[in-house]
Amino acid sequence: MNLAPVQMLNEESRPGRRCMRTRGADRRKAATGLPAEELRAAPPALPEIGELDLLRHFTRLSQKNFAISTNFYPLGSCTMKYNPVVHEATAARAEWAGLHPWQDAADVQGALRVMHDLARDLAELTGLPGVTLHPAAGAHGELSALMVLRAHYEARGESQRRTILIPDSAHGTNPASCTLAGFQVVTIHSDERGLCDPADLKAHLGPDTAGLMITNPNTLGLFEENIAEICRLVHAAGGKVYMDGANFNAIVGVARPADFGVDMMHLNLHKTMSTPHGGGGPGAGPICVTEELARWLPNPRVVKGKDGKYALEDCADSFGRLRGWHGNFLVLLRAWLYVKRLGAEGLRRVAENAVLNANYLRVQVAQHWRIAYDRVCMHEFVVRPTRGMKEQDVHTIDVAKRLIELGFHPPTVYFPLVVNEAIMIEPTETESKETLDGFAAAMAQIAREAEAGDPALHAAPRNTPVGRVDEARAVKEPRLCWQCGS
Amino acid sequence: MPYIQNSDQDRAAMLARIGVRSVEDLFAAAIPEALRQRTLPAISPGLDEDELTRQAAEVGAENRAAGSGACFLGAGAYDHGWIAAVDHLMQRSEFLTAYTPYQPECSQGTLQWIYEFQSMIAEICGMEVANASMYDGCSAAAEAALMAIATTRRKKVVVSAGLHPDTREAIRTYLKHVDAVVVEAPLAGGVTNWSGAVDSATAAMFVQQPNFLGCVERLAPVAETAKAAGAMSVAVINPVATGLLRSPGAAGFDIAVGDGQPLGVPMGFGGPWFGFFATRMAHVRRMPGRLVGISQDQQGRRAFTLTFQTREQHIRREKATSNICTNNALIALRGCVHMAALGPKGLEEVACVSRQRMQETVEALAAAGVPLAFPQTPYFNEAAFRLGADADARALRKALRAEEIFGGIGVSRWYPDLAGVFTLACTERTRPDDIVRLARVAARFARQQAAR
Repeated sequence: MNLAPVQMLNEESRPGRRCMRTRGADRRKAATGLPAEELRAAPPALPEIGELDLLRHFTRLSQKNFAISTNFYPLGSCTMKYNPVVHEATAARAEWAGLHPWQDAADVQGALRVMHDLARDLAELTGLPGVTLHPAAGAHGELSALMVLRAHYEARGESQRRTILIPDSAHGTNPASCTLAGFQVVTIHSDERGLCDPADLKAHLGPDTAGLMITNPNTLGLFEENIAEICRLVHAAGGKVYMDGANFNAIVGVARPADFGVDMMHLNLHKTMSTPHGGGGPGAGPICVTEELARWLPNPRVVKGKDGKYALEDCADSFGRLRGWHGNFLVLLRAWLYVKRLGAEGLRRVAENAVLNANYLRVQVAQHWRIAYDRVCMHEFVVRPTRGMKEQDVHTIDVAKRLIELGFHPPTVYFPLVVNEAIMIEPTETESKETLDGFAAAMAQIAREAEAGDPALHAAPRNTPVGRVDEARAVKEPRLCWQCGS
Repeated sequence: MPYIQNSDQDRAAMLARIGVRSVEDLFAAAIPEALRQRTLPAISPGLDEDELTRQAAEVGAENRAAGSGACFLGAGAYDHGWIAAVDHLMQRSEFLTAYTPYQPECSQGTLQWIYEFQSMIAEICGMEVANASMYDGCSAAAEAALMAIATTRRKKVVVSAGLHPDTREAIRTYLKHVDAVVVEAPLAGGVTNWSGAVDSATAAMFVQQPNFLGCVERLAPVAETAKAAGAMSVAVINPVATGLLRSPGAAGFDIAVGDGQPLGVPMGFGGPWFGFFATRMAHVRRMPGRLVGISQDQQGRRAFTLTFQTREQHIRREKATSNICTNNALIALRGCVHMAALGPKGLEEVACVSRQRMQETVEALAAAGVPLAFPQTPYFNEAAFRLGADADARALRKALRAEEIFGGIGVSRWYPDLAGVFTLACTERTRPDDIVRLARVAARFARQQAAR
């Protein structure tokens, strides 16, 4: 990593320097005809910097990151696997990147074919035939599905169904999406095996039940063994089952959510279909629903006519739209490429190798760490510090920071909330045995240090551009942009 | 198998270490037999990389990209240029393949660029704080409506009919289940007529600058009206226009949002782009989305970190200000590098040349017999023109297309009283030659129409 500080752009700025030029500008002419009170006296005070220094600035910043391309990145539930380089080269081509969203259908047949094919393949993989590619990310997909559910119940005269049941191991986006869609949230407890407890679920079902949002495999990396029974119970109460598909990569090609009884789900294409995470996005969060619910999906939809031509169509029953245009198309294109490249067998191998890698790592890490619910896991597993470590005042945060020092991006920490001091590890299928062995060795080393009370753990990380950051200060004395006095 | 590195030998050793005979045993231990898929999904067999790129090229050849021709299409997506350095930096794999910077010590690169992004967005909006990005301008506007409702504890949102139709629909959809009403203020002469729309129940007023028909709205009166009514004012802006036009902050607005697409983001058939969201410091705790701030590490070194996270879903769950988690960071990085590459002078030049090309287009079309729809109303880089009827606008679009000119979006499907009205947009990439060709087609068309 690049340890040297990089000045901020405003500090590097020097009057008169610049990078992009456009010939032929004439401000006086451009301003003619515009009302004086809507004109600005001077352009915004953006930084002034030359092209070489611009390149150097951002290149140096990039060298202050861990990324999949530089380090093992076992961030649980985020599926940080290899992002194929070929996708990037293809998506950058003018025939895709240069498409205006309001071109005639005849001029965008290739793009519509991609969307149509991808939707068809997602329907095949999930067993749920109604697909929309509209949502921009997983949480956006959750909200879309909940909007579908609202429309469904309103049409049936069952508007009283306003409660969504959510297991306590769920992602925070689930309850947050419920609030936006006007649902009340009731939390269902996990049982002693780390699974959604059918007895607790049953106790909360009633005439107000709109549905259940369940992540499967769940955030503990465990398959919800009772999912079929759970779906039956919710259906018997008149509700629907929504599956959070954040962990679909563990079962793709191996099991179909429709066969569990699931009515609707989202897929994170940036996880299962390996589109790049980009420092926090963009993603794509298509949702797949049963035939019964499909009419409420957001507009527009891609349809294939009898003449073999594709078109975009609006459906009058749709709940509306939650964004502009037709979805994160260039992300959808990458997912289409991934499905084409892997094919049916390759997709199944994704799940198989994700599960193999996770279990291989689990048995090794289990030698020194407490595994929450220690049995065969799916694509990820959760560990926590031992009592001996806690007696030495070593906590999960210390483990995470020491891992950074040893060259590993930390797993997801302090989540799921049902496990105290959780460390959630997802190796993904694209990592080699040696990388997993290296990580296991690092975890073993940290365990020894922790049990011995090695002060290194509290000082870590020491070989990074900055050490541990004072987060409280960032709230107490907010400095959120360089104008506000940096 | 593609992208899987372990060999059969590796797998055998790993299975032995786990103590099972096959991967099948692992699935059998975890997933009930009845729920497992016995056959492979009905998806076509995989391809090698060369086959893949050939197939992609074949399907891509079914497209005819406006960006490769003469693009006069606008209405929310603009064919602005970008520099190769921006593309290059976007593809730095350390940016491309990282995720949300929850661990600041190994994410200072991402955190610093987000801080710089926030600063530049705040600057062009004339605001005090901006977040790390939203999905797009539509969802950013909808989140602004939710924030205004939460802040004012009022339930009515007044939106100008000059907002992009997708933005209006997104606002209506987001507000569907929070017990709020959306009222539209109609257009008159191309700009919003606010009379009677705002009262003491109004949570927010939304205006788009320039609006969907390309017309430049008067900003300050909107902010003043909102303030007098105790409502929040929200401007949906084209960021490139801030090179020439006054910022929402300077006009007294509370919130500015918009699509970052004009800042060097490929049109990409509508996404992914990025949305931006800026406001006053007083409202920071009600803002949606991620925020990066400056703090320091134990040695007192400047350190960037995610902050004000108690607003967010991973902490507050059902009480969060928004459900957003993954945003459109990588595209925001593109916007960030692009703004820095432009600088003040570059942004002003792009704004001016885009506007100049539109002025030339307006003159050329007037001479060809196709007049502005709202001759009294100022425009920026996009304008509405009027032909006799919708069929004429459609026929012109088709005639232009035959000359590899893309343009002419009929607006009557959203504004039934504007039959025959269509919009054209220019950018700094619009070539004077293309304007001549556009006018030539339009003239021929106007002559035919007159002769009928």
